Amino acid sequence: MLTLAIFIPLIGAAVIAVLPKAQEGSAKQIAAVTTAIVLSVAAYLFIDYDRGAGGYQFLDSTTWLDSSISDFDLNYAVGLDGLSLPLVLLTAFLGLVSVLISWRIELRPKEYFAWLLVLETSLLGVFSSLDLVLFFLFWEVELIPMYFLISVWGSGNRFYSAWKYVLYTFFGSAFMIVGILTLGFTAGTFDVRELAEVGSFDDAIIPAWSIFTLLSIAFLVKMPVVPFHTWLPDAHTDAPTAVSVMLAGVLLKMGGYGILRMSFSIMPEQAADANLIFAIIAALSILYGAMMTLIQTDLKRLIAYSSVSHMGYVLLGASSIGVVGLTGAAMQMVTHGLITGMLFALVGMVYDRGHTREIGQLRGLATRMPFITAMMLVAGLASLGLPALAGFAAEVTVFLGTFERHEALAICGVVGVAFAAGYILWAIQRVFWGEPDPKWAELTDATEWWERGPLIALTAAIVAIGVYPAWVMDLLRDGVAPIAEKLA
Amino acid sequence: MDDLNLLGPQLALLVGAGLIIIIDVFLPFAGRDAYGQRRPLLTGLAVLAAAGSAGWSLALVLADERGEPFDGMMAVDDFTLFFNFLFAGVAGVIVLGSIDFLNRNRFLGEYLALILAAAAGMSLMAAGTDLITIFIALELQAIALFALIGISKSGSGSEATLKFLLLSAVSTAITLYGMAYLFGLSGETSLDGIASYVSTTDENRSALVLAAVFLTAGLGFKMAVVPFQMWVPDVYEGAPTPVTAFLSVASKAAGFAVVMRIFLVALGEGIITSDWAYLFAAIAAVSMSVGNVLALVQGNIKRMLGYSSIAQAGTILIGLAAVAAEDPQLLLGTSSVVFFLGAYAFTNIGAFLAVIAISHKIGSDEIDDYAGVAKRSPLLALSMAACLFSLTGFPPTAGFIAKVYVFNAAVQADLVWLAIVGVINSVISAYYYLRVVLNMFARDPATEDAFLPSPYLGAALAAAVVGLFAIGVYPTPLIEASESAARVFG
Repeated sequence: MLTLAIFIPLIGAAVIAVLPKAQEGSAKQIAAVTTAIVLSVAAYLFIDYDRGAGGYQFLDSTTWLDSSISDFDLNYAVGLDGLSLPLVLLTAFLGLVSVLISWRIELRPKEYFAWLLVLETSLLGVFSSLDLVLFFLFWEVELIPMYFLISVWGSGNRFYSAWKYVLYTFFGSAFMIVGILTLGFTAGTFDVRELAEVGSFDDAIIPAWSIFTLLSIAFLVKMPVVPFHTWLPDAHTDAPTAVSVMLAGVLLKMGGYGILRMSFSIMPEQAADANLIFAIIAALSILYGAMMTLIQTDLKRLIAYSSVSHMGYVLLGASSIGVVGLTGAAMQMVTHGLITGMLFALVGMVYDRGHTREIGQLRGLATRMPFITAMMLVAGLASLGLPALAGFAAEVTVFLGTFERHEALAICGVVGVAFAAGYILWAIQRVFWGEPDPKWAELTDATEWWERGPLIALTAAIVAIGVYPAWVMDLLRDGVAPIAEKLA
Repeated sequence: MDDLNLLGPQLALLVGAGLIIIIDVFLPFAGRDAYGQRRPLLTGLAVLAAAGSAGWSLALVLADERGEPFDGMMAVDDFTLFFNFLFAGVAGVIVLGSIDFLNRNRFLGEYLALILAAAAGMSLMAAGTDLITIFIALELQAIALFALIGISKSGSGSEATLKFLLLSAVSTAITLYGMAYLFGLSGETSLDGIASYVSTTDENRSALVLAAVFLTAGLGFKMAVVPFQMWVPDVYEGAPTPVTAFLSVASKAAGFAVVMRIFLVALGEGIITSDWAYLFAAIAAVSMSVGNVLALVQGNIKRMLGYSSIAQAGTILIGLAAVAAEDPQLLLGTSSVVFFLGAYAFTNIGAFLAVIAISHKIGSDEIDDYAGVAKRSPLLALSMAACLFSLTGFPPTAGFIAKVYVFNAAVQADLVWLAIVGVINSVISAYYYLRVVLNMFARDPATEDAFLPSPYLGAALAAAVVGLFAIGVYPTPLIEASESAARVFG
């Protein structure tokens, strides 16, 4: 069932690829149907997951490469636990959202939707893999669709941004594969579950801390944290709207997920030793990202920097190396995915109408587009951590978890929240309120079903998590609990 | 007869070459349709010879026939058979890929015969277990290649031939010198005989090191690794593109096959094993770095692929360095080299076939002129992109598995530093490989005219692309073949 969910988008992509040129208009319908099926399968898995039993479920495995002269056996092994299941659901959800908000793509729609579906397969694969080499494979596959999506359908300096994105990630993952191979050689297996049982890698051929570093760099680049974050504002700004949604909503989570699932659970000793470093990097990212938002003039770039800041909370929560903090970190990944995904979708809609993202040029849009404004307000308030919306639950948990261990740095995090209130509200005020500019008198509101539908669904999810976080949080806590146990 | 049966795959190629030359002579030269008649017959014959060679190898595998024909001058083992398939396959694909090129030129029989003869020479190189047979095989393929490189008689082609000829002569002399040292020390020409001397002696260390250095230098020319790579960019650019493809895949693989035979068998055990391992590790690191950095600045796609092939050769050498670093019997390194050569054959041949198809239509080898190819010929551009992604090492392609396999061998041989140099180089290579992809997909073409490759070229390219995905998704068969080839040295 899980394998099916991972590869359905690939099948959809293949169908789109063989569509005759005359029918390329139906590519979007096929993509929508495909992602809807994936979402329903993911929802089924979410409901079907036996929370009482916990652990990895929906396991599928087969030997994929069998070597007789070394330990170089590669296995296709997938499964979901409390940590990965919500992320898979998030991916499936945003996958459908990103297809719907791309409804009006006219430039080479066949290729566009095919790549979008390939991207979804790779992301589902990353979160489901239980074998390090398979994980790495999906991790790398993701770069190819992203490269095409940004460089062909992007805007502005798209060639440069696509480069930068691929090279940064590739650079990080180059180190990761050496780390993975060393781990595999030391333990004689690439299976995440077995590696997590090893505990100590002191007898590896290189010092254990260096393996930990090799692994973690890739994840920190992907999250991203300061100072590896510079690819993010570029990639976000120049990517097409739907890709920004996937990038912010899911791709950044690969980094956070990797830190928790790979670095922390496989090498808990080194993770515990490094917790202060992680906390400092996290605080730096939170504050630096927040401050950078204040000087942005491009609405999309502003949200991109807010992502740097918000992903800092993920690392901050992780650095607490306690179950509460880790739960908060995982929760922050899910909520940030929904909230920032929604913000990017909204900015994309504004840009489609006004053809500018310059905050200075936009003014008084509220009278022209009340629906978009209302949605923006919901997403903005959720982003700054208003209680009863999703962001609050996550951030509070992160702070609760972190205070004990890193008091001063947790306070930095709280300061970041204050910043967030400032930059989000200020941006909304400048763009949507104020005297309506006659220049924008022609603009229309989001009226199409494929615009309103995803926004309403996102709002519903944000409110549902905000009002009753337990339906996701309990699952995440069960997922990170074994990791926290090892860290203690 | 048994001996001839075992060498059937090589003989099939040579007989094919001979038949082509003879038939070529008796076919009419005059008349407007002379070439139109000769072409299908002769190219068909060449493809048949390659297929026959591969088929014979398959028959040997199925009948489980192995042996050492001609009193141990050669060995037909799993290693030889692996390379038989590789060279026969490459020769067949190159013939298919040359049809467009041949249509534009007046030579035919000699070209096809030379390709087959060179392939036979390479196949014999892999089979040679005696310095004398190895040397003769080396010469057979080298002489065929001289003629092939200059066959179009253009200015740059002649320059390329001369360069290749002179440097090849020097490298052959150096190889011979190294062989003479080994013979002088051990009094043997057979690799096993030399091995029994080398593994027991603890004298003449410096002479042995010198022999290893000479052999590395001479054969480094064939593998095209730094610092023996000077000929590569000019020759790759000047030679006809199908010949360049042949050089970059088959000639390189043959060089590696000989190096593995000589170093793993003759010098595999003994006092200098760790010396040549370090030598290979250093050459690997330098080759990768120099090749990749120089490839970054190339504007001509054939030169770019030339430098990239130098870098790829460096990556393959990681596997050889891993063989001896810890334990001469560590088979993982050998197996990773063999696997990489197989994967690389599909990938690089595919890349060159795509270059042939694209450059022929747009009339330029400049990377900038590849702008918008995706709009004019989407499938062709996608195939080219797949090959370039495989060269970079992205999944799910053969290149990904090959690189992971080689780096894994390095890690297991305690060469983590070399693996790190390797992965950083992969990142550098991504820059110039993806530049071509970017040009093809994201930029606008000068004209919108659609075009398609000729059916033969298209079929050959499709085979390469399907192969590189098949290996990437299900590598086990090729892994098993490489492992059994590596066990020859176990």
